Amino acid sequence: MNDMTRPQPGAVVNESGIEVKPLYTAADVEASGGLGMIGQPGEYPYTRGIHPMMYRRRPWTMRQYTGFGNAADTNRRFKYLIANGQTGLNVAFDLPTQIGLDSDDPLAEGEVGRVGMAVDTLEDFETAFEGIDLDAITVSLTINGAAAILIAMYLAMAEKRGYDVKKLRGTAQNDILKEFIGRGTWIFPVEPSVKLVGDTIEYCARHAPKYTPVSVCGYHIRESGATPAQEMAFAFCIAKAYADETIRRGLAIDEFAGRLSYNFNVFGNIFEQVAKFRAGRALWAKIVKEHYGATDPQSMWLRMIAGGGGGGLTFEQPEINIVRGAYYALIAALSGAQTMALCCYDEAYTIPSEYAQRISLRTMQLLIDEMGLTETVDPLGGSWYVETLTNQMRAKMEEIMADADARGGIVKLVAEGAVQAQVSAQAYAMQRAIEEGRFPKTGVNRHRIEEEAPHVELHPYREEDARAQIAALDRVRARRDAGRVKQALAQVRADAQAGANVMPAIVGAVKAYATVGEIMRELVGVYGRYREPIRF
Amino acid sequence: MTSNKRIKIVLAKPGLDGHDQGAKVVVRALMDAGFEVVYTGLRQTPEQVARIAVEEDADVIALSSLAGAHLPFCRKLKPLLEANGLADKLWMIGGNIPRQDHDELRALGFEGVFPTGAKLDDIVNYIRENAA
Repeated sequence: MNDMTRPQPGAVVNESGIEVKPLYTAADVEASGGLGMIGQPGEYPYTRGIHPMMYRRRPWTMRQYTGFGNAADTNRRFKYLIANGQTGLNVAFDLPTQIGLDSDDPLAEGEVGRVGMAVDTLEDFETAFEGIDLDAITVSLTINGAAAILIAMYLAMAEKRGYDVKKLRGTAQNDILKEFIGRGTWIFPVEPSVKLVGDTIEYCARHAPKYTPVSVCGYHIRESGATPAQEMAFAFCIAKAYADETIRRGLAIDEFAGRLSYNFNVFGNIFEQVAKFRAGRALWAKIVKEHYGATDPQSMWLRMIAGGGGGGLTFEQPEINIVRGAYYALIAALSGAQTMALCCYDEAYTIPSEYAQRISLRTMQLLIDEMGLTETVDPLGGSWYVETLTNQMRAKMEEIMADADARGGIVKLVAEGAVQAQVSAQAYAMQRAIEEGRFPKTGVNRHRIEEEAPHVELHPYREEDARAQIAALDRVRARRDAGRVKQALAQVRADAQAGANVMPAIVGAVKAYATVGEIMRELVGVYGRYREPIRF
Repeated sequence: MTSNKRIKIVLAKPGLDGHDQGAKVVVRALMDAGFEVVYTGLRQTPEQVARIAVEEDADVIALSSLAGAHLPFCRKLKPLLEANGLADKLWMIGGNIPRQDHDELRALGFEGVFPTGAKLDDIVNYIRENAA
């Protein structure tokens, strides 16, 4: 690393470890590498944005994370958000669904429909998206460990409704490597988990070429304690692992890279965040072009959802989270995000209320309508500070990626628990810094007040919804063709044992109304279960 | 406990919740404070928590829950801890625990409730003062 980024004692240093000066001039831009990587919007290396006209052509998609109870409850909330101007959906699933358990599994007791929508069979998907135009509203599924099954359900549901799967758009999160680092909805050991991601990318490239089968998440790595530079660097390491897995199957980079996308966080220093996104766009483009030899510009685009910001929100004085959310949305807009979502002000307490969701939605809408953010592409481009920081962040990310490769590569580091230990040590250091007042946090170590009960409406959990879900599951089990289910499940197991791509068999099983838990049992029977390395 | 034995804490992630950032931060704080800490990792059933607490001869049984299923879990864990002779140990819970649930958790025997916003030093001091 060059001397510029090695902080002196008493210096102002951003979270990524880069010293921040009181004033920047053109000389700083030159010293950090100049403007060689800036280019024009819509042109390689895309520092300024992946499209020439950016939000002039179309504002960002607004896609709040939503789901609770059963599919009918969630369908009603989807329609409420769409009626209020939301332009995409982002589905939250309950934990049993996320780790592949049916709602009547003993381990699911008390968790059915609690933090997201419960899904057991294709019927739940039919209900969840009933009355929603899947061409007009794209759907993002926040699913990882069980992604192969839920992608199959989405494609089967759309096909059943008459959509051409070849033209169907949509996204699945399906980033299992980050689940081992943070979020924790892993199921299989690391190696078969990566293999399954490869299966979904390969299957979609061949059968649903407009579908985005993976959204690589720096987001949760950041939430687990990573710096902004690490967030993006580790995400790129992970994306490369999936790309390598897919290329091994004989696909060319240009056959699938254009359908990879990203999910990043936005909390922290505004300028560090904007520089992170601008730097990341150029670095990803360079990796795809130079390392993988892509020639299709779309393969090089860093398409992303940016937002959330959960790790920056506070339990204390929750209403000030509304203000934080507004700044987070501003960051995402200044950074050229394709899609935006915001954590709601009440999320440290509960599943967001309709009221809280509407405030988040309005926050994003008023940036479009009132603040002029869609008029000019990359409005911070050319700032000596932002350009210098963009160069420095890019160098920092390359350094972190090289270090991860030198230590054996991201798959090995995740399997050993090394990344987990690294980011959790940082999370601990940050928590200490906040508690000791060294890292300012409004409402926590600055401007504290004696708080009465907050103005938060707690989302009720209804046991009767879980019972209704199980009753519905029983009805599907009684009604379906048991012989067809048995045969479809046997095919899933046979293909998994043969090391073949399991997606066609899974699609067959969901169409036969096999349950998430039944399909998962076949896969676990072959792949086994992950054992978490405990490392401090 | 005898005076020459370090306080031993089993810290568990109950149920299906995968949010372990906070649990791991607390583990590190407890280790820094000189306690012996056994972290279970994710997805522990009530039976597993009770078994590990017995095997490790824990002085403190601590849970970290962020996804809202703490009450049904603690209702199942309580009789198992009692049946395994752990009724006199210190039971604690932290995480996203709404104020309205604190009384029931305390009534179940989870005396130490440390919701989001709790300070690490307060958790450490509580254990120093109450575990024995």
